[in-house]
Amino acid sequence: MPDLSGYRFTPTHEWVRRDGDTATVGISDHAQAQLGDVIFLDLPSVGAKLTAGARFGAIESVKAASDLYAPVTGTVTEVNESLAETPERVNTSPYEDGWLVRLGDVVDGELDLLDEAAYLAQAGE
Amino acid sequence: MAARTPLHARHLAAHAVMVEFAGYEMPLRYSSMRDEHVAVRTRAGLFDLSHMGEVRLTGSSAEATVQRLVANDVSTLTPGRALYSVVCNDQAGIVDDVLVYRVEDGFLIVVNASRRQVDLEWMAAHLLPGTELRDESDETALLAVQGPEAVAIVQTLTDQDVSGLRSFSSVTGEVAGVPCRISRTGYTGEDGLELYCAPAPAPALWDALLAAGAGRGLIPAGLGARDTLRLEAGLRLYGQDMDETVDPYSCGLAWTVKLGKGDFIGASRLHELDPDNPPRRFVGLALGPRQIPRHGMAVLAGDTPAGEVTSGGFSFTLGHGIATAYVAPALAGAGLSVDIRGEAVPARRVPLPFHGGHHHRQ
Repeated sequence: MPDLSGYRFTPTHEWVRRDGDTATVGISDHAQAQLGDVIFLDLPSVGAKLTAGARFGAIESVKAASDLYAPVTGTVTEVNESLAETPERVNTSPYEDGWLVRLGDVVDGELDLLDEAAYLAQAGE
Repeated sequence: MAARTPLHARHLAAHAVMVEFAGYEMPLRYSSMRDEHVAVRTRAGLFDLSHMGEVRLTGSSAEATVQRLVANDVSTLTPGRALYSVVCNDQAGIVDDVLVYRVEDGFLIVVNASRRQVDLEWMAAHLLPGTELRDESDETALLAVQGPEAVAIVQTLTDQDVSGLRSFSSVTGEVAGVPCRISRTGYTGEDGLELYCAPAPAPALWDALLAAGAGRGLIPAGLGARDTLRLEAGLRLYGQDMDETVDPYSCGLAWTVKLGKGDFIGASRLHELDPDNPPRRFVGLALGPRQIPRHGMAVLAGDTPAGEVTSGGFSFTLGHGIATAYVAPALAGAGLSVDIRGEAVPARRVPLPFHGGHHHRQ
């Protein structure tokens, strides 16, 4: 398990790792475990504007289709194209290889993000 | 609190994701459902099915009782042989779908865990004089080894000729020193064996099978893979694809109904129905690689509601969404679509099974 001290979480199970005004977004290990095998993802295109708290895509797993919500506001600069061929990376490496999108021009949204301990407590783990 | 199978500790030790199913705490998956599914299709998987119910009917009238209870014809079964059947109510609604073995002292009926109590009451209410019923569910563990390598793996652990065992046949004998009924049956669309044994030695049998199968790629597989495998194989799931409101013709199970054998419960209603033109049609639907139909989604013919998805999901073998559904006969030939979250996604009608299916019929 990677060091998650730099990760912040939403109550809807996304994570964000900020680096100045850029950020990387994914879903939590708890979320991927609940979903089971990820079959495919609907992700936005480069240039799309994400708004903290708003839906930005969906993830379809063996269990169900789930919406994805942006942890922060920003513009998509990169999409994890490898997930088109190997969506299971979201299961096997949710915090590293299974990242979903990278954002630029990031600003804090209205959301209160959680650190790992608070997130896990809320997720019931 | 949910009941536990004799293999509960094995599941926890293997870090299985556990779920409650039919009143039992059962393994959903041990690793990835996809990996477990692929293992069964290409090598072998080991399932704990000890939640299933086993009911033994014995006595001088046992055969007549079973003939009355089930729609298929058990009179031709020789000892050890099994067949698949539905149990109908008076209106030909399906009370349960079962596997019936003729055994040395009568019949062994394997029932769905979710229907065990209903079945027991139903059977007890319809016993002929001279038939004794015994619920052996709690004294029976059931392990299934399924996949192209399954028989070879079990063969290394027994003196019985399981390789020569015909589909839907069983013998009694020891596997890894554990007395079992060894049955060439399954619910995955693959070749394989199901092993019925006493609860106490079940963990030792589980361990022996995993050890014997390790070199051939055998891994434990959970209920999740069991569901995706049986859906690909076109095998119905009670409670989802059928229930007491569905007759066997509508469910595509006319081949299990033997009206010529004489009277049985539901026969008079089945005589009124046309096997080729039932009230509903049970159909297979194929969708695209990024379209996953789910239980309960509406099936449409144009804008007209035509039916409902009973089972759906992603086929790991085929790489696209598949579903079974009931549709109105008048609309079954129309261009169909599935309402996936408000979008009418075109669905192609395909014959069942979606994949394989050489091992699910007698």
